[in-house]
Amino acid sequence: MPKKYHIQTKMAPPRFAPIGKSTILDWEGGCLRCFKCVKRQCIYDVYNQRTFDVRRMADTIDSLCKNCLRCVQSCPGQVITKVINAEYKRLGDSYWTPEIILKQWYQAETGRIPVSGAGYGGSFAGPGFDDMWTDMSEIVRPTRDGIHGREYINTVVDLGRSLPCLRFDAAGHAVGDAPKKIEIPVPIILKDLPLGSLSEGVFLAMAEAAQAMDTFMIAPVKEWKPYLEPYKTHLIPLLTEAEIDTHGELIGGVRVIEIRLSDVTEARLSRIRAAYPDVLIMVRVRLGERSGEEALALTRAGADILHLCADRNGNVESENGSRFVKDAVRSVHMRLVEAGCRNEITLFASGGIAMAEHVAKSIIVGADAVAIDIPLLLALECRLCFRCEAGLSCPVEVENIHPEWGKNRILNLIAAWRNQLIEVLGAMGIREIRRLRGEVGRAMFFDDLERETFGRLFGKRKKRESVGN
Amino acid sequence: MNAAMQSEPERTAHVGRPEVRVTPSRFRNAIGKYILRRSKACVACGRCAELCPYGVHERSGKTMARPKDYRCIGSACEKNDFYCVRQCPQNALSLRLNPILEVLGDKRWTPELLISTWYMAETGKVPPGDMEYKVGDSGGGFDRMEFCFPTGKALDLPDDEFDLSIPLNKRRDGRPDLEIGLPVYGGGMSYGSISLYVMIARARAYQAWNSFTCTGEGGYPEELYPYDDHVITQVATGLFGVREDTIQRVRIVEFKYAQGAKPGLGGHLLGDKVTPAVARMREAVAGSALFSPFPFHSVYSVEDHKKHVDWIKHINPRVLVSVKVSTPTDVDMVAVGSYHAGAHIIHLDGSYGGTGAAPDIAKKNIAMPIEYAIVKVHNFLKEEGIRDEMTLIASGGIRTAYDVAKAIALGADGVVVGTSEMVAVECIRCAACESGRGCARGIATTDPELSRLIDEDWAAQRLINLFAAWRRQLIDILKKLGMRDIRELVGRTDCLRHLDYE
Repeated sequence: MPKKYHIQTKMAPPRFAPIGKSTILDWEGGCLRCFKCVKRQCIYDVYNQRTFDVRRMADTIDSLCKNCLRCVQSCPGQVITKVINAEYKRLGDSYWTPEIILKQWYQAETGRIPVSGAGYGGSFAGPGFDDMWTDMSEIVRPTRDGIHGREYINTVVDLGRSLPCLRFDAAGHAVGDAPKKIEIPVPIILKDLPLGSLSEGVFLAMAEAAQAMDTFMIAPVKEWKPYLEPYKTHLIPLLTEAEIDTHGELIGGVRVIEIRLSDVTEARLSRIRAAYPDVLIMVRVRLGERSGEEALALTRAGADILHLCADRNGNVESENGSRFVKDAVRSVHMRLVEAGCRNEITLFASGGIAMAEHVAKSIIVGADAVAIDIPLLLALECRLCFRCEAGLSCPVEVENIHPEWGKNRILNLIAAWRNQLIEVLGAMGIREIRRLRGEVGRAMFFDDLERETFGRLFGKRKKRESVGN
Repeated sequence: MNAAMQSEPERTAHVGRPEVRVTPSRFRNAIGKYILRRSKACVACGRCAELCPYGVHERSGKTMARPKDYRCIGSACEKNDFYCVRQCPQNALSLRLNPILEVLGDKRWTPELLISTWYMAETGKVPPGDMEYKVGDSGGGFDRMEFCFPTGKALDLPDDEFDLSIPLNKRRDGRPDLEIGLPVYGGGMSYGSISLYVMIARARAYQAWNSFTCTGEGGYPEELYPYDDHVITQVATGLFGVREDTIQRVRIVEFKYAQGAKPGLGGHLLGDKVTPAVARMREAVAGSALFSPFPFHSVYSVEDHKKHVDWIKHINPRVLVSVKVSTPTDVDMVAVGSYHAGAHIIHLDGSYGGTGAAPDIAKKNIAMPIEYAIVKVHNFLKEEGIRDEMTLIASGGIRTAYDVAKAIALGADGVVVGTSEMVAVECIRCAACESGRGCARGIATTDPELSRLIDEDWAAQRLINLFAAWRRQLIDILKKLGMRDIRELVGRTDCLRHLDYE
């Protein structure tokens, strides 16, 4: 058996005091000066570890406290309470919620899967990725052993084209060459960042992480600097049509390039292919009304990989209103299935992929793999305050990170994500992530379940806005 | 910490069979929806204590005691003549919403559901005032359903005329016709995941209500022997603590194939919780994490499953067999398979419940919510013509008496609960069951010092009280529906309305 793929994790504490969900509010007025103060009896000992960073206004107790409320409920003077942390509420936006941000920080720090007790506390269902559930099997192989490594659950995906069928000559020998393929051991590549206080340190952290995991990082050519040269086998230069002509040497030295879709891309694909026969060509397609037809045309024109992009919150705008990345990817996938050529091409999805479960769900609806961006920034401690977009300073100085620390944090995050994918696959009894692609039969969709169960009982469902508030 | 409990005057009321005894919080400062403060202007005239029917105000010697504001109905009281804040001659009282609500609970267990469950566990009564005790805020499922009560059908009969008992053996296979006094029994929580004191308290409470608790997968502590007739023991994939003797002790054995919180992922007891006592019970090594694998390594077909059921039935000729499964797409087929394997009870564990630690990704995403699964299985068993021979039990997200009634109206015979019991003994749902020495509130821990925070008499009484309050509500629902027996409610979806449907 070959050596198992494993992403090395190592604790990587944050550089700044993290923001907790709630904060202790304690005051002196009314304190009875008890000999055995409840604060000394904290079973997590958070009061004794408490420090306050004056400049950043950060109280370490916010992230240390586990909300057991014993001090609040036991203090005879009733001088302790807990309140929500205003700074927590301000994190991120309506899509990148504070809860998502804190969970990604935890994974980037520890490399561990988030685990908690007491059941699920969230909405019944919700918009976006939250309107589907994944399946499980009561009686299956692989067993849970798979999750713990004694049996193998494979997360490798192939990049590149496949032949629709084999052809043979009169003598029975296979004709023609198999298209070039590249395997990546995780169904995740690192996408160019849409925002952030970026620097050489950030790019190096990403490139080193991509190399360490043996996956890829997409790098726009304008950010392509000599210090990235050692990593070029794991970089995908992102080019415009014009840049293809001026960057011949660079293209010749990498394994995959990405081209932004334009009117001439389809016509030029065969020429690029002829000029660089060993380079896989990925085309970045902005998801929209026509992406199904565009994908089909590009598949027929010979592209190796299509990268289907939604905006950073997973929205896809079109004349007929907005759609979510999951639904848009599903329709592109289905268009290719109907045309009988889905297996000939690799599909990446990106935009709005914020948690490990979104990777699994993107693959279930038809992507082969995903490209992630903002979660990488979160791994680097970004608070999604969006100040950088206004040209203001970064509160956590993302630009000053040490590449080694950044790489470590990114590896931790993706290791935790991969382990969660394995949990999801293990529960379904699927041993290969390649088999998960398009397996909508192993998922349950809110609309379908409502219609099949409650629809039969209660009639017609009202408009959807009430789902998950 | 139990001082408050001892100083409480004994006020008793009979609600159903077991006796309700007022059993206040273990903590000095119980959490309520409102905060009522008494200022220094108070002259201890005692007017508030005379007025308040909820027991908020009490005299303590020459002064007034600190208000028990967790019992206060708050702004809903403003319309009453006895509203203390207005009636106080010294204007010494002030009322406001408790700001801690903002950090308490979540969408499924809202702060008000937590507080109302604590109230029921203390008093055995339905919370008065504007407290929400029926639904959470999850935006779907039970939380968007309500009963439609017909007008003019309500029954005006004494409580004893209503029957809440349900049968657990409907197969007529010569095995005992077990019935439980409430349509509720306790979910599997193992020795190791919760403390022995909590286990014993559960057993006592279910004995009092003529129902069952469940050992979970972690052995059968000797301390439970006096309650044998009210204990279900679990045979789960790790087979921890399963012996011939444990199978023969009990009246019900539960096969656990999967659990809703982590479907398809087995169980995992962290090393810290494997104390020497836990290790002895499970025949394992102290300090080493214990994995309960998924699935049964000896079950890869319904035939294998039948073999297991036969094995248990052979070892104990009077036992009933329950099969606990999670809620995959083919849950209806699984249920039929269990029927053909000879099970008496099919127990569906939906995806939003669970008490122990589980990966967040699994709790949220894997398998379907219980509301759908009940309907699917109930209908499929009916179509197969075997619904009358199976007892259908639902769990995984049953929080309130109204959830119980809705689950039954959707097609279940009864339910299994876990989290609401934990809340009754003052779980605050901080979800840190696995941190350090375990539960800071002494419930889900085997740490000798922490587990002593729970007194088993106190916990048993809190559970008895909770179920008394639930019984009260279930009877009220039956009354309003014009039914005398909870069995009439099974599958009566016509009694329900879904607020998202036209």
